Amino acid sequence: MTGPTANPAAPDAEIVLETKGLVKEFRGFVAVNGVDLQIRKGHIHALIGPNGAGKTTCFNLLTKFLEPTRGRIRFKGEDITRSSPQQIARQGLVRSFQISAVFPHLSVLENVRIPLQRRLGTSFHFWKSCRSLDRLNDKAMEILALVGLDGFARMVAVELPYGRKRALEIATTLALEPELMLLDEPTQGMGHEDVDRVMQLIKAVSAGRTVLMVEHNMKVVSGICDAITVLARGAVLAQGDYASVSRNPAVIEAYMGTEAAQAAGGH
Amino acid sequence: MNPQRFPLGYLALLALLLIAPALVYPVLIMKVLCFAVFACAFNLLLGYTGLLSFGHAAFLGGAAYLTAHALKVWALPTLAGLALGTLGAAALGWVMGSLAIRRQGIYFAMSTLALAQLVFFLLLKSEFTGGEDGLQGVPRGSVLGFDLSSDTHLYYLVLAVAAGAFWLIHRTIHSPFGQILKAIRENEARAVSLGYDVDRYKLLAFVLSAAVSGLAGALKTLVFSFATLSDAHWHTSGEVVLMTLLGGVGTVFGPVAGAAVIVTLQNELADKVGSLVTVIMGFIFAACVLAFRRGLVGEAIALFRRMIGEKVQ
Ligand SMILES: Nc1ncnc2c1ncn2[C@@H]1O[C@H](COP(=O)(O)OP(=O)(O)OP(=O)(O)O)[C@@H](O)[C@H]1O
Ligand SMILES: [Mg+2]
Repeated sequence: MTGPTANPAAPDAEIVLETKGLVKEFRGFVAVNGVDLQIRKGHIHALIGPNGAGKTTCFNLLTKFLEPTRGRIRFKGEDITRSSPQQIARQGLVRSFQISAVFPHLSVLENVRIPLQRRLGTSFHFWKSCRSLDRLNDKAMEILALVGLDGFARMVAVELPYGRKRALEIATTLALEPELMLLDEPTQGMGHEDVDRVMQLIKAVSAGRTVLMVEHNMKVVSGICDAITVLARGAVLAQGDYASVSRNPAVIEAYMGTEAAQAAGGH
Repeated sequence: MNPQRFPLGYLALLALLLIAPALVYPVLIMKVLCFAVFACAFNLLLGYTGLLSFGHAAFLGGAAYLTAHALKVWALPTLAGLALGTLGAAALGWVMGSLAIRRQGIYFAMSTLALAQLVFFLLLKSEFTGGEDGLQGVPRGSVLGFDLSSDTHLYYLVLAVAAGAFWLIHRTIHSPFGQILKAIRENEARAVSLGYDVDRYKLLAFVLSAAVSGLAGALKTLVFSFATLSDAHWHTSGEVVLMTLLGGVGTVFGPVAGAAVIVTLQNELADKVGSLVTVIMGFIFAACVLAFRRGLVGEAIALFRRMIGEKVQ
C-alpha cells in the first residue's frame, strides 16, 4: 500500500487484483485456461472476447461463485482463492451479473437498502420493525440520484424499463462502496441512448475505485476503458490499451473471424 | 399495501374472534387457529424466503408429542408444556435445517421430506409415543387459576397464543431480517454477491418457522387432549402446503384464510362424503394451481388494487 500511485496508468501503479494460472474445467471441457490477469488500481479494465470465450466464467471464479480447478487469485495483496463469495464481497470485490439481477418485487429504494442494511448490524433482528431501516433512506436516495433513479424510488423494480434496471444494479453494487466492481456486460441489449447513459455512469462512478467489465460494445471499450484483456477460448489472447490491442493481428483475426462468419451467416 | 388499513382489519377480526365462541363450536375455531398458526409459520418459509419445506409435519407432530408427554407424564404446568413443545420443535428445526438448507430447490424439499419421514418413523417406534394409539388423555391443566378443561377458557388461551404467534410472524416479515429473506427469495445469487451469508438467514428462518409450527402442534395437543401419528404424517406436510397456496402464498393473511377454509371443509364434509374428502381437496389444489395462482387473499388484494386503479402484473 505504499509508493507513488499518483498516475494510475504508470507501470508501477498498484495491482489491486491479480490471477495466476487460473483454470476452470467443466468435465474435461476447459472454459478458462491458464489466465493471468493484472488489474491496476483506478483503472477501468475491459475483458472482451467472442461469445463463449470464458468471460463470465472468469467472473464466477474471481468472485468464487465457481471453484477454480487450478490457479490463484490475489485481491489487495491477499490470497482469496479459498474465500467464500460472501467474504469476497465484504472485502470490497462486488460483482454484477450478465442477466439483470435486481430484486424484482422489492421497490427500487428497498433494492438499494439491501446492501446498505448490512452496516447497521441488524440484519438478523427479526423482532425489529422495518421502520428502523428508514434511516438508510437518505443514503439510498443519494445513490439513486447518482444513477438518475431518484424519481423511481417507490416503483417496484420489476416495472422499471430494462436500461433502468441495469442502472439500479449498478446503484445496488455501488451501495457497498466496493473497491473493485465487476460488471458483466452492463450495456448488453440496450439502445444507443441507454448505452451512452450507462457508459457515462460507469465513468462517473469509477472515480476512486477500480472497474473490471465485460463489454462487447467497442464504442464503450474505446471510450472509457484504460486497459483491455482479450480472451479467446479461455486463454488470454492480448492485453494492453485500446490502440495496441485493436492493432494486434491475433485479435483482429479472432474478431474478424467471428464477424466475417456472422456476416456470411447473415446473408 | 397500505399499512394503516390492515391493523383495522386485524382488530375487527380479533373482535369477531373474541365473541365467536358464543356463535360457533369453540373446538372447531381452536382447530382452525392451530392450523392457521401452522400455515403462517410455513408461509414464512415458502412465501417470504422461497423455501418449499415438505417436512413441516415433523415440527407439528414432534411438538404435539413432546407437549403431551410433558403434561401427562411429567405433569408440567400447561404453559411450560407449550414452551417445551415449541423449543423442542425449534431444536428439531435447527437439526433438520442444518442438514437440508445447503440443497437447492426440489432437493431441499426432498431432504425435508426424508428427514420428516425419519422423525415419523422414530415417533412410530418409540415407547413414549404409544405407537399407533398415540398419547391419549392429556390433561389440559390450568393457567392463572382458570381451569382449562372448560372449552371456553381454553379458547381464550389458544386465541391469545395464536394472536401472539401471528404477531411474531407478521413482525418477522416486516423486520430488517425479513427484508433480507425477501432479497434471498427474489434473487439468491445477488444476495450472496452483496455479502450476505444466505445459509445463515435461511437457517434462522427455518428455525423460527419450526418453532412456531411446534407451538401450533403443542396447542393442538391441548385442544384435543391427545397427540397422534397423523400430526407427523406427510399428509399433514401436504395439507399445510395446500392451505398456504389456497389462501395466498406470500400474503400475510392468506395462510389464515386457507387454514380456515380447509379445516372447516374437512370438518363439514368428513361425515357426509367420507374418504371422498381427499378427492375434493385434490380438486381444490388443482383449481388453485391452475386458476387462482395468487390464492384467495392474493386475488382479493389484486382485485382491490385494480379497483383503485393500480397496475397489477
Ligand atoms: N456451468 C457450466 N458447465 C459447463 N460448461 C459451462 C458452464 N458455464 C460455462 N460453460 C461453458 O464455458 C464456456 C465459456 O462460457 P462463458 O459463459 O464464460 O462465456 P462468455 O465469454 O461469458 O460468453 P458470452 O459472451 O456469451 O457471455 C462456454 O462454452 C460455456 O458453454
Ligand atoms: Mg458471459
